Amino acid sequence: MISSNSVLGLIFANMHENNVSDLTKERTLGSVLFGGRYRLIDFPLSNMVNSGISEVGVITKSNYQSLLDHLGSGREWDLARKNGGLHLLPPFSHVGSGIYRGRLEAIYGVMDFVEHSNADYVVMSDCDVIANIDYSKAIKQHIETGADITAIYAKGIYDSAQHKATIFGIDDGRITDVTINPLICGECCISLNSFILSKKFLEKIVREAVSRSLYSFERDILQAKKEEYKIFAYEHNEYYERIDSMQSYYNANRALLNSENRQSLFKKSRPIYTKIRDNGPAKFGLESSIKNSLIADGCVIDGTVENSVLFRGVKVAKGAVVKNCILMQDTVIGKESRISNVITDKLVSIDAQRTLTGSESYPLYIGKKANI
Amino acid sequence: MYIKKECVAMLLAGGQGSRLYALTRDMAKPAVPYGGKYRIIDFPLSNCTNSGIDTVGVLTQYQPLVLHDYIGNGQPWDLDRLHGGVHVLPPYQTALGASWYEGTANAIYQNMSFVERYDPEYVIVLGGDHIYKMDYSLMLDFHKKKEADLTIAVIDVPLEEASRMGIMTCDDTGRVVDFTEKPAQPKSTLASMGIYIFTWKKLKKYLIENEEANTGSKDFGKDIIPAMLNNDERLFAYAFDGYWKDVGTLDSLWEANMDLLSPTVTLDLYDPEWKIYSRNPIAPPQYIGESARVENSMISEGSNINGNADFSIIFDSVTIEEGAVVNYSIIMPGTVIKSGAVVEYAIVGEDCVVESGAHIGASPEQYENRDEWGIAVVGHNVKISGGAKINPKEIISEDK
Repeated sequence: MISSNSVLGLIFANMHENNVSDLTKERTLGSVLFGGRYRLIDFPLSNMVNSGISEVGVITKSNYQSLLDHLGSGREWDLARKNGGLHLLPPFSHVGSGIYRGRLEAIYGVMDFVEHSNADYVVMSDCDVIANIDYSKAIKQHIETGADITAIYAKGIYDSAQHKATIFGIDDGRITDVTINPLICGECCISLNSFILSKKFLEKIVREAVSRSLYSFERDILQAKKEEYKIFAYEHNEYYERIDSMQSYYNANRALLNSENRQSLFKKSRPIYTKIRDNGPAKFGLESSIKNSLIADGCVIDGTVENSVLFRGVKVAKGAVVKNCILMQDTVIGKESRISNVITDKLVSIDAQRTLTGSESYPLYIGKKANI
Repeated sequence: MYIKKECVAMLLAGGQGSRLYALTRDMAKPAVPYGGKYRIIDFPLSNCTNSGIDTVGVLTQYQPLVLHDYIGNGQPWDLDRLHGGVHVLPPYQTALGASWYEGTANAIYQNMSFVERYDPEYVIVLGGDHIYKMDYSLMLDFHKKKEADLTIAVIDVPLEEASRMGIMTCDDTGRVVDFTEKPAQPKSTLASMGIYIFTWKKLKKYLIENEEANTGSKDFGKDIIPAMLNNDERLFAYAFDGYWKDVGTLDSLWEANMDLLSPTVTLDLYDPEWKIYSRNPIAPPQYIGESARVENSMISEGSNINGNADFSIIFDSVTIEEGAVVNYSIIMPGTVIKSGAVVEYAIVGEDCVVESGAHIGASPEQYENRDEWGIAVVGHNVKISGGAKINPKEIISEDK
């Protein structure tokens, strides 16, 4: 086990947000709702905490109100600490920082924070991967192999028609090839956008890159310097989901209806933490019928719900039928409405006797606070 | 340095709750789970927070481990405060010796120094055995308006229940003229809810006198209130007409849970203006499976339901396997009901395992003589094996 002060966590809350631009219109990717009661940032943040990391900086650049509201002081992740703890790092406006173009510039913008930390190592993660990753094992491997950079990946099917990802070519544990959104299809080693470096090394490459006006970690470091630096791969060989499109968001939520996936993601010994809302338990009425669904606290269900994920405080009135849907916080479905393959954002209300139908391969998305 | 508080709450949470038998063997009554995700003490604590009372002393004595652990620093109820907040007050040793809390009045007497630190005008005394939502600030306004020395919250009860309670008789102005504990012939139906607001100076005087008189009971109902009435102090009754339920017995605990499923009961746990706070479990959302049949039930986080749940309160992290049947029952956190087991009209405690083929409880319709019927109860951490049958009214606290 690593000592808790020796590793600094850095989370990029905004990276990849354009992949689900509907969901991130008013929020960061990190604050996108997921799985009935979570936000995407809960996963990297909980993973870091469960791996003994007690100092985490969250780098964000825009639309971060919901993120600040969700994270607060970090208490729910046990990160409200005197030493270390959670640090929110919004853009800092002076020449050379502020709105960044890529990961390296983003880190440069928070260089004071990084330098101030006593950590020896840094774990960086984005918010587009849902997995229960034990970083302490990856850090151990990083130290043992003497790597400059360790990149966490998973094996999976990549199809350029549907996905966006960084793909690694790996030879005997070392990354020998890096392609970004390649035009291929098949089983690949897909980057989970989590990296481990020593803090000194990170500071060095960030300064060098910025002095040459380079900003992309993937292109300017992983791709360009793969021969010069020792870049190793660490395989996450358990369940994971990646969010790189609305379709994958829809599928990833519904993948949680599978009990093996849930068991792999929500381990008793490594729980996923999130903000508490103090709702009552889910309540099911006399004529309710529920099959194969996740129903979070505060839901009041009097209708029929099948193969769906309902976030906290959703209300489904009598006679309403909800099938294959993702209904975010405080959605209200009126009497005898029938909706299927629909994603509703927060606070959507659908009046009585409406019919809304999306399709399995193209779910219908309804924006925040819409009334239908 | 202590900042003066207008009103300090003292919550009496030391009671054993002996009539809850197996459920209170290892925990004090206020820590007993209720309503799918709460413990009884969440109600008075949340009422305090929602009423603007931010300084609460919780007096504990019997089996305090679970309760102390649950209260912690008071953060879930927003009672982790720079000034005030929640304070757990167990009995303690002094230079003159050590004594347990001998009665309700004595418990407050022993903690007078805690109250004095905040130099309050008023003290509200609460119990840890009722389910209700009440705005104490309105009662305090009433107390001030009446220039009362003591205001007692009262609720109108059916006449047949009155002889089991402390009964008040009032004049036209609401002033209490008579108070009798458990009267054989009740003169009114106004029952004390065990919620008192005292003007602190008065209470302090009576606590000291009561301690010196050494009555043996040292109790609010038996000593303090009669003494104040005798001396013609200003005692007023504050009428409350919301939902209020004593959960001191197994039957009433079961009923109070079932009340949550009744459309006619006014206790609303979903009111954003008056939330009941609790220490939330860290668990994924509740999953209702393909083979499940869930009707008129409450289910909490982390539970996996693949069997039937009808008219039941299911706490967090409960598993009901496919083919298991749970009717009119309360299943507390972490319990597993295996496939083929039947649980009806029962309370099953925390972290139990009910094996396939076990049968707990029975429906009252099967009994011609209703007195033979009652709910079946399984305590915490109990394993019920496959062939076991737990009859109505049976209380199990060891593996069977």
